Amino acid sequence: MFRYILRRVAWSIPTLLIVTFLVYLALRIGTDPVASYKRINPRASRAKIAEYIDVNGLDPNFVQGYFKWLKNFVTGEWPRSIKGRREVWPALKDAMANTLRLGSAATVVGIFFGLIAGVLAALRPGGKRDVFINTSAFVGISIPPFISAIMFQLLFAVYWQKWFGESLFPTSGVYPAGHTGFDLFLMLKFMALPTLVVAIQIIATYSRYMRSSLLDVLNSDYMRTARSKGISERRVLIKHGMRNALIPVVTIAALDVGSIVGGLIITENIFSYPGMGLYFLKSFGEGDFPLLMPWMVVIVASVLFFNLIADISYAWLDPRIRLE
Amino acid sequence: MSKQESTVLSPRQMAFRRFVSHKAAVASCIIIGLLTLFIVLAPLTARYGVNESVQAPPNSFLTPRAKSWLGTDDIGRDLYSRLIYGVRVSLLIGLASAIISVTLGALVGAVAGFRGGKFDDIMMRVTDLFLAFPFLVTLLVVRNVLGALPWLRPITGDMSSVRFIIVLFGLFGWMGVARIVRGQVLSLKEREFVEAARAVGASRRYIITRHLLPNSVGPIMVALTFSVVGAIIGESTLAFFGYGPQAGDGATSLGILVGAAKGAVQTGYWWLAVFPCLVLIVIALSINFIGDALRDATDPRLDRGV
Repeated sequence: MFRYILRRVAWSIPTLLIVTFLVYLALRIGTDPVASYKRINPRASRAKIAEYIDVNGLDPNFVQGYFKWLKNFVTGEWPRSIKGRREVWPALKDAMANTLRLGSAATVVGIFFGLIAGVLAALRPGGKRDVFINTSAFVGISIPPFISAIMFQLLFAVYWQKWFGESLFPTSGVYPAGHTGFDLFLMLKFMALPTLVVAIQIIATYSRYMRSSLLDVLNSDYMRTARSKGISERRVLIKHGMRNALIPVVTIAALDVGSIVGGLIITENIFSYPGMGLYFLKSFGEGDFPLLMPWMVVIVASVLFFNLIADISYAWLDPRIRLE
Repeated sequence: MSKQESTVLSPRQMAFRRFVSHKAAVASCIIIGLLTLFIVLAPLTARYGVNESVQAPPNSFLTPRAKSWLGTDDIGRDLYSRLIYGVRVSLLIGLASAIISVTLGALVGAVAGFRGGKFDDIMMRVTDLFLAFPFLVTLLVVRNVLGALPWLRPITGDMSSVRFIIVLFGLFGWMGVARIVRGQVLSLKEREFVEAARAVGASRRYIITRHLLPNSVGPIMVALTFSVVGAIIGESTLAFFGYGPQAGDGATSLGILVGAAKGAVQTGYWWLAVFPCLVLIVIALSINFIGDALRDATDPRLDRGV
């Protein structure tokens, strides 16, 4: 087990390098800040242009540029942003903190209710409750998050204000304008709608996973064996049923980070929530390469990390899997 | 029931029966059929042109009324008529890019599954990586790369054109399909009839095109329906964030209309937000239901006793 983990971790480093190189290439091909700099400043001297390239880390040779970027990234001398020559790390750090808060809230809420719905559906397959949960999950998956975000804004903010005098939930930001300091209640209120939008997708997805996984388990022979041994139904369900049904779900959960981040990007943008998603869309729109690259590294690293977690947890949870 | 069981049904008939038993899918087929009729007959069904104002100014932001069933937009154009023209473009984008991506994906998946080895490994790695990433991020980055390569211009056209979007989704959507077809081919290639074909000396190409792909038609059809939805929603998402096709000459798409909803929410022009979103939801749901029923119908293992 230990050797397996070590080998997987060792493998993820070259993977990370290759993927970041590909991302570097794609971003450099896709954005050309030097050309726009020359366009805006047509009389810029050679030295000025060279300085611009140096400060922002825009080496014209992509392979050399990548290694130079990598060296600077590892040593902490990140090239500054194109717009305003700002330090990248403080902005990225804030965005990460905000997104972690929103993302973990939505994931916890989503997986909790998703699993419950899935179990409720699987206990009586084909029943009214099952049909209801299944259909709602299907509808939930079919509706893209930006649509539900718009609908919630319209309902809970704009029209609520029209009908009842004040809006139920705010629709943008983390705190009201001008607010300083920490206020848990206010923060939760501002997080409510975005969390709901992301959580709906997660609930819909996980209730389906949980349902099919639990149905598989419930129909297996060891469940019958457990019952025939005279163990109480409750114990059979929890110890033999739930435990085994959760194995594939845990794996899928770890692999799903990418799609959760995807949902966050869309949601954050609509609710002007200053997280990773807003950071990405803003710097992408401005073609700000020095801001984008560290963002990409964070995303690539977390996707690879959770892939690793998925593999390890799968191997650890399921004793039938032999590693060597 | 017992009478029906005694008559012998072909696999295709059985699949049809299973499909028809899925009530929501049948309703969805009717809805999509009606919608198609509406958009094909657009000059008749739309009450105004794409760019035509409902009446002389003041005509902007009219609430729904007899003159304009679903209200008007900021410059007085009829939302109902624009929706018809918009769905036309969006369905075209969905169908065209789905056909490209499913063809690509089926070929890649079949070859990867059949040959195995290095090609299979690399292909599946690439697929896994692409699927693990946030959809929107990959889409935007790939979009910029495609737009920045001048030698692709003859194929992709201008970055803001509908053709560019179709090529983008066509090149982008094959990975999920490739994975599904690969799985199917992996299980099919060990079967006796493939072995028999190999024994009589059939070439690889013959086995893939005559045995493996035709026997994967079910999953491929399912993948096709889901790709259509994926492309339609993808186009709307891109347009919503301002990276969609640009409306040349007042042409529109569902994405552009949904994108306009963003600005309409805070000002309270609810019809501009609600109706385009509703149409998108109905289309996405209907095609998803059809895909779901197709999956049940073509997968004998899922037989739920018709």
